[in-house]
Amino acid sequence: MAEEDRARRRVLVIGFGNPGRCDDGLGPVAAQAVETWGLDGVSVDADYQLTVEDSCAAAAHETVVFIDAAAEGPAPFSFRPVEGRVDLGFSSHGVEPEAVLGLAREVFGSRVEGYVLGIRGYDFDSFGERLSARAERNLAEALGFLQRRLELGELDPKRGDQEV
Amino acid sequence: MISQKGLRRVVIEPVTRVEGHGKVSLLLDEKNHVKQARLHIVEFRGFERFVQGRPYWEVPVLVQRLCGICPVSHHLAAAKAMDMLIGADELTPAGEKMRRLMHYGQTLQSHALHFFHLVSPDLLFGFDADPKIRNVIGLAITPKYKDLAVQGVMLRKYGQEIIKATAGKKIHGTGAVPGGINKHLSEQERDVFLEDIDQMLDWAVAALELCKSYTRDNLAKLKDFGSFPSNHLSIVREDGCMDLYDGKLRAIDADGKMIFDQVEARDYFKYIQEEVRSWSYMKFPFISKLGPREGWYRVGPLARINCCDYIDTEIAEKERKEFMALTDGKPNNITMCYHWARMIETVHAVEKIEQLLNDPDLQAGDLVTRGERRDECMGILEAPRGTLFHHYRVNEQDQVTMANLIVSTTNNNEPMNRAVQKVAADYLDGNEVTEGLLNHIEVAIRAYDPCLSCATHAIGRMPLAVELRDAHGELIDSRSKGA
Repeated sequence: MAEEDRARRRVLVIGFGNPGRCDDGLGPVAAQAVETWGLDGVSVDADYQLTVEDSCAAAAHETVVFIDAAAEGPAPFSFRPVEGRVDLGFSSHGVEPEAVLGLAREVFGSRVEGYVLGIRGYDFDSFGERLSARAERNLAEALGFLQRRLELGELDPKRGDQEV
Repeated sequence: MISQKGLRRVVIEPVTRVEGHGKVSLLLDEKNHVKQARLHIVEFRGFERFVQGRPYWEVPVLVQRLCGICPVSHHLAAAKAMDMLIGADELTPAGEKMRRLMHYGQTLQSHALHFFHLVSPDLLFGFDADPKIRNVIGLAITPKYKDLAVQGVMLRKYGQEIIKATAGKKIHGTGAVPGGINKHLSEQERDVFLEDIDQMLDWAVAALELCKSYTRDNLAKLKDFGSFPSNHLSIVREDGCMDLYDGKLRAIDADGKMIFDQVEARDYFKYIQEEVRSWSYMKFPFISKLGPREGWYRVGPLARINCCDYIDTEIAEKERKEFMALTDGKPNNITMCYHWARMIETVHAVEKIEQLLNDPDLQAGDLVTRGERRDECMGILEAPRGTLFHHYRVNEQDQVTMANLIVSTTNNNEPMNRAVQKVAADYLDGNEVTEGLLNHIEVAIRAYDPCLSCATHAIGRMPLAVELRDAHGELIDSRSKGA
């Protein structure tokens, strides 16, 4: 099997957020945990924000799981599929998971599928590399869910369309 | 919403997914003319207090918590300040050049992202085009523009890889330390970058040509779009050359007359003051001797091209001359020319990266130096969005006791307000908040590429929203972006 073909069978997990701003760091902290599992075929990355060049890495994979902190929405977490789309903003801040997928598909011709794992957080206004107690609990539940999904290979669109 | 008798306020509220957000409120008179425009942007909150008590050597890493999109600029500005603190007045060649490489990588990736991702769809499809098409995916699915979308992503990626190779890692990079840098660039790393440098330069030049042609072809429309005469401020080298990493402060007026020149970083506070206005979280800096009404200024690519006497790389200098010829050698005050200036700097950054990659100092020599310890320090550099000031005091126990930051977007606070007011006055029509008005205000703000205190990032924030209320405070129209 060619290296490229092998890569295309893989899952890419990207955790994003600022670990220096308390619960905003849920994404990178989760990514760090996923890396320790050492799952075959699962690559892991982390950054402050998603950026356009993440589409290159996404395009080389079959599935991407974006892990982000959620300032609102269901607790302990939500899991949903995302489609490729771009909304134009007025500043060059990070892009959304939809834009990364859209670019991977339209610019690089990939058929990569994407999901967002949104872990509910509560403290986004403080400085510090720590999670709130409630965010810690939500993180543990989200990671348990994700580990089962990755180990069972259940990250397909039909089975991933429900919010948890 | 009523604030004065007989006036109505239009509120445009872009609440992004990041912590910081902007809001535009337009105050109308009874004849529906724009009387006042205010751009509200949340500035960094509490960081100056947070850093107090921390040891000074942690600061270059800590400041990256401020911003998730330009952490490298804060990292380097803080490191420069700490150089002054420990008396490292002249870095080793390896220390200086590795930092410069990091900085030009940052400039390249930031400018490339802004132009290809945000600006080129405006230029190629038009300000009023359907937002579903007017974006980078719109470029990608349009056969004649598809290459441009790919180039934008790859230029950005190249700059990010430079940062990773010099700063050490993507999150909380540790490359720059007080007095220098903590690593060399390996020959293997260098060769990988050199392999692609010609391609990067070709793409950057092509993007510059696109931006320049567009500006020339549409000059009649663009020259008044959000434009006004202003002072300009940047750092320049002692001989007046553009230098994005290090130099002394220069300010000129709208006609090019020097206001001050060669002001050392340690004296910045004697020349620049900040005004607080009750309605805004963000301060309004101004040149002290001109006062707050006359002393406000612009920073960023347009100001830097206007302030410098020349650029020390071949292609960028040729392009600078052409740019300045547009306004007969006088400062260019056309807001939409920020984009053209930004692309000249993009080419300059690639040229600088090539020069540095071919310099053997990156592979050998001492990394760190130090001298006589001080208790107060300042670091200034030209971040992609404009001049960035870091100022600290440190006690005998090496703990920070005071921090003051003036970030690029704060420097551009007054100009952005003026740009919004001008565009709103030209495009607001009656009682309706139109998609066109939203688009045009965004285009004006986007020219400055403001940074919105992007320290945190989380799901669940609102998109752009606009409200129009009558003289009695009743909502008469509203519009949400993306709704």
